[in-house]
Amino acid sequence: MKPFDYVRPATVTEAVAAAAQPGAVYLAAGTNLLDLMKGGVSRPDRLVDVAHLDGLDAIETLADGSLRIGALVSNADLAHDAEFARAYPAVAEALLSGASAQLRNAATVGGNLLQRTRCGYFYDTASRCNKREAGSGCDARDGENRSHAVLGWSESCIATHPSDFCVPLVALDAVVEIEGRNGRREIALDALHCLPGNTPERDSALEPGDLIVAVRLPPAARGFATHARYLKVRERTSYAFAVVSAAAALRIENGKIAEARLALGGVAAKPWRARAAEDVLKGVAPTADAFQEAAWRALTDAKPSGDNAFKIELARRIVVRALTLAAAGTPARIPALPASPFASTSGAIHA
Amino acid sequence: MPELNLTSAPAHLRHGSNIGQPLTRRDGVLKVKGQATYAADNHPPGMLFAVMAVSGISRGRVSSLDVAAAKRHPGVVDVMTPDHKPPLAVDPEIKTNPFVFRMEVLQSNEVRYANQPIAVVIAETLEAATEGAALLAPRYETLPALVGLDAGESFVPPVVGVGNPTEVHRGDVEAGLASAEKQIDATYETPPQYHNAMEPHAIVASWDGDRLQIDMPTQGLMLSLARIAELFGIAHDKIHIRSPFLGGGFGSKGLMAGPPTLGIMAAKLVGRPVKLVLRREQMYGPVGHRAPTRQRLRIGADGEGRLTALDHHARTVSSTFDDFYEPAADASHTLYAAPAIRTSHDAVRVNTGTPLFMRAPGEATGSIALESAIDEMAWACGIDPLAFRLKNYAEVEPISGKPFSSKALRACYEQGAARFGWAKRSLPPRQMRDDAGQLVGWGMGTATFPALMFQAEARAAIRRDGSGVMEIGAHDMGQGAWTALAQIAADAVGLDVDRVEFRAGTSDLPDAGIAGGSAHTATAGAAIHSAGAAVIAKLADLATNDERSPLFGAGNAGVTARDGRLIRRDDESRSESYAEILARAGVAEVEARGTGAPNPAAMEEYAMHAHGAVFAEVKVDPELGQVRVTRMVGAFAAGRIVNPHLVKSQLFGGMIWGLSFALHEEAITDRRSGRIMNANLGEYHIPVNADVPPLDVITVEEHDPHVNALGIKGVGEIGITGSAGAVANAVWHATGVRVRRFPIRIEELLTQS
Ligand SMILES: Cc1cc2nc3c(=O)[nH]c(=O)nc-3n(C[C@H](O)[C@H](O)[C@H](O)COP(=O)(O)OP(=O)(O)OC[C@H]3O[C@@H](n4cnc5c(N)ncnc54)[C@H](O)[C@@H]3O)c2cc1C
Ligand code: SF4
Repeated sequence: MKPFDYVRPATVTEAVAAAAQPGAVYLAAGTNLLDLMKGGVSRPDRLVDVAHLDGLDAIETLADGSLRIGALVSNADLAHDAEFARAYPAVAEALLSGASAQLRNAATVGGNLLQRTRCGYFYDTASRCNKREAGSGCDARDGENRSHAVLGWSESCIATHPSDFCVPLVALDAVVEIEGRNGRREIALDALHCLPGNTPERDSALEPGDLIVAVRLPPAARGFATHARYLKVRERTSYAFAVVSAAAALRIENGKIAEARLALGGVAAKPWRARAAEDVLKGVAPTADAFQEAAWRALTDAKPSGDNAFKIELARRIVVRALTLAAAGTPARIPALPASPFASTSGAIHA
Repeated sequence: MPELNLTSAPAHLRHGSNIGQPLTRRDGVLKVKGQATYAADNHPPGMLFAVMAVSGISRGRVSSLDVAAAKRHPGVVDVMTPDHKPPLAVDPEIKTNPFVFRMEVLQSNEVRYANQPIAVVIAETLEAATEGAALLAPRYETLPALVGLDAGESFVPPVVGVGNPTEVHRGDVEAGLASAEKQIDATYETPPQYHNAMEPHAIVASWDGDRLQIDMPTQGLMLSLARIAELFGIAHDKIHIRSPFLGGGFGSKGLMAGPPTLGIMAAKLVGRPVKLVLRREQMYGPVGHRAPTRQRLRIGADGEGRLTALDHHARTVSSTFDDFYEPAADASHTLYAAPAIRTSHDAVRVNTGTPLFMRAPGEATGSIALESAIDEMAWACGIDPLAFRLKNYAEVEPISGKPFSSKALRACYEQGAARFGWAKRSLPPRQMRDDAGQLVGWGMGTATFPALMFQAEARAAIRRDGSGVMEIGAHDMGQGAWTALAQIAADAVGLDVDRVEFRAGTSDLPDAGIAGGSAHTATAGAAIHSAGAAVIAKLADLATNDERSPLFGAGNAGVTARDGRLIRRDDESRSESYAEILARAGVAEVEARGTGAPNPAAMEEYAMHAHGAVFAEVKVDPELGQVRVTRMVGAFAAGRIVNPHLVKSQLFGGMIWGLSFALHEEAITDRRSGRIMNANLGEYHIPVNADVPPLDVITVEEHDPHVNALGIKGVGEIGITGSAGAVANAVWHATGVRVRRFPIRIEELLTQS
């Protein structure tokens, strides 16, 4: 392993100062970063361990009704917070559909947002990858790319962002609070992850030293609690990244959809908010036809980046199903197989 | 009651209270407490860490390595390269027998596959060695890689598997097909798969002059020892290998491969003990894998649904420098009674590490294709798949015409189908749904695996205190040899299992042969059984020839051995304990050796196979194509069941592997570079708990007087066969979509909704 400095700052300010220098990265639980370091994919000079910082592990309701989740809250603690799961059931379901119980116990909110792509060529240092090494080429473009992006990709990179958590978050207009060299600022989660364009080496809008301190869900996000689902199609029942996933949340009033939220996962370099689809659902009855129409709208711009045309059709079907499930109502308890197409099959054992 | 009958041959007609008992693993507590010492847990004083640098290309040569940079890194002790390495006594490319793996041990800078070792960095710490390997920054002259089943000119290999003929036929296949009322012609593909044992390949090697001490997981202690002796030019008795526990092997730890050899070389180079452990991704290359196959099956049936011909051709790959050919088509030799059968193979050479035995080599790949094709044929004939299989039940082995030594397959079909509720299955596909609207499908497959025997030797002793010793260099790969073989040993010497010191897992013990071919319990068990009989015979001699013994003169009537006593067969009131016999004779112990070996006469006369029937239920999301197995029942007949508990675990494991074969496992190979793109357990999918339904295993009673003295057939591999096809057939029955490329992918099932 490449030798690196390890610093454990006492405060957020110290952390930001320690991480601002080139070659420094934050270490949270390390479930992604350490794998990357062991594989030689990431070769930082300095690890700034933020896992022990005080004050970043709270889940608090703010005066205006927003919810603020500290960046160090573990994925498991958040998902198992009963009040959180009641208010934002699709987010809890998404969290519980990700990784494994052991990983969720360790993984943090901030780390989940900033986890790197699972593109096999990114991980394989013998392959060319523009994201790992700017300008080296993209071996996925003509390679084994059945799981790659169908939206927002460019010739320089066709990778997807793998997070489940981010998908319902982006649908619910989550906001990211950042502490940087110039103090505190916030951006919409939708603006955190970058599409590749010509600079796929840049995953996010963060600047050197920027530390995510919290994720905030605005007051309106609670309005979807009774009709919100996450659905994730994967290649095994649990412990697999999404082939394609969707978060659907509806506010239904008098039999009509007052407001719809829809986002897709596994299709692009960012969690993909489908605003055009949301628009066609506004004010209409939650019918199969309306959901079909929304599905078409959501994927209008999709195009295969390789052997993955099926993901477009699959995404349409997932959108229809996720909306149908959301319309049917949030189940009283998170299913034993969270977000699984088999979630409502009886007799399921816990994933 | 442990009981030995010493008057007839084979000596043991009945076995007592040890064999057949569902003992839990005797090494279980050690493992749970983390006290079982696996190879990489050893840290002899002064030990250094070795890390392999492996090739990033699949074909070409290494043009430069920055050895200086690696050596400058703090903690790095030495860098072993083709230019700087201890000499070997023989060329590692020379293959003296089929059990020799041609290996890469830095004999040149040529690269023949991705992840081939190209240098070894030896350092004071694992971290320093790892960074040293990264600093080598190899440069290559790259040639276009040969990748995939169509990589180049195909050829017919001289043999497939280990010495099986490439082509076998009986009857006139073309005429059989021509006369058929119904025909199918279907091509199936199976992907490359990697063993992925939980424990990576590892070695700790120490030289002391010309003596060599090794800790290394191996499925073949003596085979490894002989290969090491040959490579390093030292006598067998200078080498000691310890391999008490393996964290799985599945065939990949059967033959001495390059990486552990490099560990021994590294220790020699630096004159200190060295540990070398593979990283997970380094296991995707130099330690074997299951080769991909493309199999074409042409089957004909008459108007009644009786097979008229079965033609099974398999294309596979081997490496560019060695030969192992997955004998997939051979799966069609034994199961279905077609009057005309032909099996044949061809192959191409690709830039891959050499394929190798992987749990049910040939049987697994062949089975999923054959069972799918039989299912297709049954549907073409409009016959229930079980009825179709019964209609074509082989009363004798079809390809050889030999009778079976035993075959309780009918009972397997019956009991499995009854437990599963098969009779309620709809004949046409896509008819069944559950209450949530998911498609439900039921499928079945027949399981079969040959009952093999290798060669083994064991040493038994009875000690002055009346306790026993049994020694055999057997291998516990996790399957439970420490337990099952100790049970056989206990019965063999007429003692309770706790009174027998069972020694295994090191190379200074008698040769137990290889733990492979599902033959280890049978082979090692037969040796133990005969060693036990021999030592009891010696003890009986002492007693029956001594006029002071109550057994004096019992010679002709004979004695039985039970609970630590010899007992006159014709008068149970006359007996004497082992301890008394030895005390009076004034000897510390009696010992004897025994062997286990195949019986050529029986093999000439009989076809020997284990059988089974597997039934699976799957659910498939009608729109989204995701599949989940919800029930599996397997009924297996495999001769004598030494330990029902362990046997069930083996069969469960096999069935899960079959499920995995049908739905999950695949090494994704870059079509240009030949590199494996999912060389880690996050992305190389095997079933997780949520994928595995409650499994129901029935062991069907079967007595086989011919396979070996104990009537054991072996259960290590059969569970995969039948299961993979059962799941695939259930997916068809659920969806109406016949997927012929495995694993079955979501996109294949999105065709309709
Ligand atoms: C086998 C496996 C399967 C998985 N499956 C899934 C899955 O199905 N779905 C899913 O969503 N995820 C999955 N994951 C990913 C998992 O969710 C992430 O690894 C985890 O969330 C990362 O959190 P962490 O705290 O360990 O981050 P780390 O590994 O510590 O950090 C990840 C990245 O985020 C940066 N970072 C961390 N915290 C901050 C912060 N506060 N501010 C700024 N930068 C920060 C780090 O510098 C690093 O670049 C899987 C992971 C593994 C290993
Ligand atoms: S798709 Fe992106 S991450 Fe993958 S190889 Fe290409 S550039 Fe790298």
